[in-house]
Amino acid sequence: MKPSFWYRLDLWARRLTPVGLTLLLLIINIIPFQVPGFARVVPLFALIAVHHWATYEPELMPVYAVFAVGVLQDMLSGVPLGINTLVFLAVYGTVVWQRRFFVGKSFMITWLGFAVVGAAAMLMSWILMSAFHMALVDPEALLYQYLLTLGFFPLLAWGFLRWQQAFLKAD
Amino acid sequence: MNEKLRPVHRVAAPIRSLQRFAYLGLVVAAFGLMMLGKADVVVVERFRAQVTDTVAPLLDAVSRPVATVNDVIAEARELVNLRAENAQLRKERDRLLQWEAAGRRLEAENQALQRLLHFIPHEARGFISARVIADTGGAFAHSLVLNAGADDEVRRGQAVVSGDGLVGRVVSVGARSSRILLLTDLNSRIPVVTEQSRVRAVLAGNNTGRPVLDHLPPNDTVTVGERVVTSGHGGVFPPGLPVGVIVSIGDNGTVVQPLVATDRLEYVRVVDFGLDQGVLQPQGATAKD
Repeated sequence: MKPSFWYRLDLWARRLTPVGLTLLLLIINIIPFQVPGFARVVPLFALIAVHHWATYEPELMPVYAVFAVGVLQDMLSGVPLGINTLVFLAVYGTVVWQRRFFVGKSFMITWLGFAVVGAAAMLMSWILMSAFHMALVDPEALLYQYLLTLGFFPLLAWGFLRWQQAFLKAD
Repeated sequence: MNEKLRPVHRVAAPIRSLQRFAYLGLVVAAFGLMMLGKADVVVVERFRAQVTDTVAPLLDAVSRPVATVNDVIAEARELVNLRAENAQLRKERDRLLQWEAAGRRLEAENQALQRLLHFIPHEARGFISARVIADTGGAFAHSLVLNAGADDEVRRGQAVVSGDGLVGRVVSVGARSSRILLLTDLNSRIPVVTEQSRVRAVLAGNNTGRPVLDHLPPNDTVTVGERVVTSGHGGVFPPGLPVGVIVSIGDNGTVVQPLVATDRLEYVRVVDFGLDQGVLQPQGATAKD
């Protein structure tokens, strides 16, 4: 028996939510919060999202979606096109390739894994940025951005996990 | 647990075979985009303006409640400090009244001298007030997005000011949004002159909060505490817009603290000075002193 139209529509909508949530976080990322200095070190929510969905639901965050998220992040944040795209693709590739390490571990291990992947991602973006401008970019703000991203990871990851349990479990 | 593990196996195979191909292709494409950004700035900026334009209404809507919450917090804080602030404002008013007298005298004198010299002043043709709807870039790029664009007569190259001084300039314009390159951005180069010693230099952003003065003539001396204003060279900005204050001179160069705290901006003015775009190049690193 074929599932009803509404059922399929519902399923389809649910399966779009990982990408949708990631895009929403991109927007939230660039809202002016008017907290002094915050805009310079604002955590990279999209990096957390890409890492999370690559770990738990890579089929719902396919590689071309990661590409699109990266391009949009580059576009909106005003950095040279392609930099975050490459970083997000690298993170996605690493996580999917090493999924056995990331899936089903305790939260501390997951967090530690993200700390390592995130550090590599930040280093990569610093290298790409410096290469693009052919000058060493000041890494200080990036360091704080990394630490803040790391700090926000548990909150977002918890939110995503709850979301999965609530809306994506039926798959 | 089983529910979680099942899709892992289901998905592992296609990822290994088919997606690996797509993955490599997309990595190459991303590199291609980077090269394109280096080679053809105009195309990329137009693309960027269009994407920003598409998202602008959403940004506009989402940033309003945030701004409202911030206003409420600021108001509550002001209520607490009302008495102290009142006393301070009284003191400041007395001081400003003296300045007003001095200003009026200087204005009269200036007008008399200008008539004497047949001086043609730069005058702003108009202002466009706009709201900051995105503060973007993170650690790498310092830019803002405004909710005014080509439909509101915003043009590339125009100066953006707040009450305190120069904020930056318009780098790309969509129909209803525009992107401002802050003067702290790595790509920002602004021809400036020190207010007292009249030394010309280029204020170069470096992605930190404090840009430095480049191309200072070797024999001229500037002092800490001196104000820096736009010089008007290069035909991008009108002369005399306040920019910042020199805070230190040392191994890091001559460091300038901008007058505008960009992270507190809610509204700015785009100023149409009627100047042609002049020598402005897409990347902005143009101002040759």
